Amino acid sequence: MPKQVHAKLIKKEEIIKDIYKFSVKAPEIVETAKPGNFIEIRVTEGIDPFLRRPISIYNLDKENGILEFIFQVKGKGTEILSKKEEGTDIDIIGPLGHGTFKFEKYKNIAVIGGGIGIFPLYELSKEAKQNDVKVNCYLGFRNKNFVMLEKEFEEVTDNLTITTDDGTYKEKGFAIDYLIKDMENEKYECIYACGPLPMLKAIQKYANENNIDCQISLEEKMACGLGVCLGCAVKTAKSPKDAPEYWHVCKGGPVFQTKDVEI
Amino acid sequence: MNTQINLAGIKMKNPVTVASGTFGYGREFSEFFDLSKLGGIITKGTSLKPKSGNKPSRVCETASGMLNSIGLQNPGVEYFAENDLPFLKKFDTAIIVNACGSTVEEYVELCRILNTLDIDGVELNLSCPNVKEGCMAFGNTYEGVKHVTSEVRKVLDKPLIVKLTPNVTDIASIAKGVEDGGADAVSLINTLLGMKIDIDKRKPVLANNTGGLSGPAIKPVAVRMVYQVAQAVNIPILGMGGIINGDDAIEFMLVGATAISIGAGNFIDPYTSINTVKGIEDYMKKHNIDDINEIIGKVKMN
Repeated sequence: MPKQVHAKLIKKEEIIKDIYKFSVKAPEIVETAKPGNFIEIRVTEGIDPFLRRPISIYNLDKENGILEFIFQVKGKGTEILSKKEEGTDIDIIGPLGHGTFKFEKYKNIAVIGGGIGIFPLYELSKEAKQNDVKVNCYLGFRNKNFVMLEKEFEEVTDNLTITTDDGTYKEKGFAIDYLIKDMENEKYECIYACGPLPMLKAIQKYANENNIDCQISLEEKMACGLGVCLGCAVKTAKSPKDAPEYWHVCKGGPVFQTKDVEI
Repeated sequence: MNTQINLAGIKMKNPVTVASGTFGYGREFSEFFDLSKLGGIITKGTSLKPKSGNKPSRVCETASGMLNSIGLQNPGVEYFAENDLPFLKKFDTAIIVNACGSTVEEYVELCRILNTLDIDGVELNLSCPNVKEGCMAFGNTYEGVKHVTSEVRKVLDKPLIVKLTPNVTDIASIAKGVEDGGADAVSLINTLLGMKIDIDKRKPVLANNTGGLSGPAIKPVAVRMVYQVAQAVNIPILGMGGIINGDDAIEFMLVGATAISIGAGNFIDPYTSINTVKGIEDYMKKHNIDDINEIIGKVKMN
């Protein structure tokens, strides 16, 4: 059940240019949060920017009630958020989303992320590995300047492949190509993905064609985050052409089975 | 201190309701507070048959507000009656169903069904800007509004509120159509038709191109229109448009609203509606007002 809390910002770090990691004390949220959940942050008490900012959860420190999230400064809202000082309170609602990453029935999984989409995959990898699931991870970035969290992901995965589109760091090319190549030797029971839409589309196509379970975390413009405004619609895969059916990222998701949605 | 009001026969413990489409059917917000604290709940716009709504993207932020083009996605009146109404009836608050349709016949048929349900009233949605047919098409002329209102009136014994679009030249004349059609109250304003362009893609942000603007950005327009309508009709007014606190609510009541609705304000803070109840009480204390009804329409114009 989501709660609204005023969580103290304990630690803030700019991990690469314009990308911030915030650690906040939010035991009420951490207690029930699952990998894949997100939070909604009100960055100002005023009315501009008006809406909350949906941000995925990066790490849950259950023991200390600490929640970590990472975000990129993209506009006015995230700019204001990035300027918050340690020790101040942040208005957060969470955990949000009913569709979360589920790994309980698998023993060998692949986790793939691109750019700023990699953040929710950390808690998933961590919890899966703690539960004796083998986790092979593929993270793709534009170039060496955008590579982040390599050490952190190394600690929570069995194998980590880092790619850059231009080959300026580690493997050259797209992360998905390395995942597909590894499938010659590996039997991944499920693929988990979060990242830019073209990447998700390619993974969905591959997974559906090869009949592999696949869970993707989606993004859509959102207002309430609670499932009432019905803004963040995503089309269901079984929709008849003349009568589309929609689910909502904030409620049915943000994590969906690729077989269930049309992206 | 009395905060009770009577909106066209609907008794409410306070003047604060939640606007259609911003509160679902109450379940999500019941996880945050006791819905019995509200004067009333106006449900998500509900139609005779289920509606799937518009293509995404359906929402975007604007200066001190937002645009939406949801397209009245809802499960239909039958589903509502079986699944959502029993849940809402657990709370001690007025239940008003926002009813929408594409034809006069559809409005009438829907209201015939609503008349049999255990609800406190109907808010007729003649004003959604996001569906091609219906709704606003009926809402922008005196004759259109009067016709659909009077047809619905024939089958509906419960209190009837008609919700108006602000996207018209003369809101007062349209409100007169509501009164002449036999409705018990009028509610306004629905969203203002707007548009936002993604300048990199050179395309509208909303898939539907245009959408309804709501939030504090529209409040001055709404206050002005409520004032104008209050001068033109004798039926009570349910006022809305950008209200996010008690002071905003008082503004609407001073220009003539008997009750108010919180709309987009529900999205920025789940407690906006009940904080507004408290804000109204604070105002009453500060100004030694014993009965909230004393302030309705008591603006002193310059």
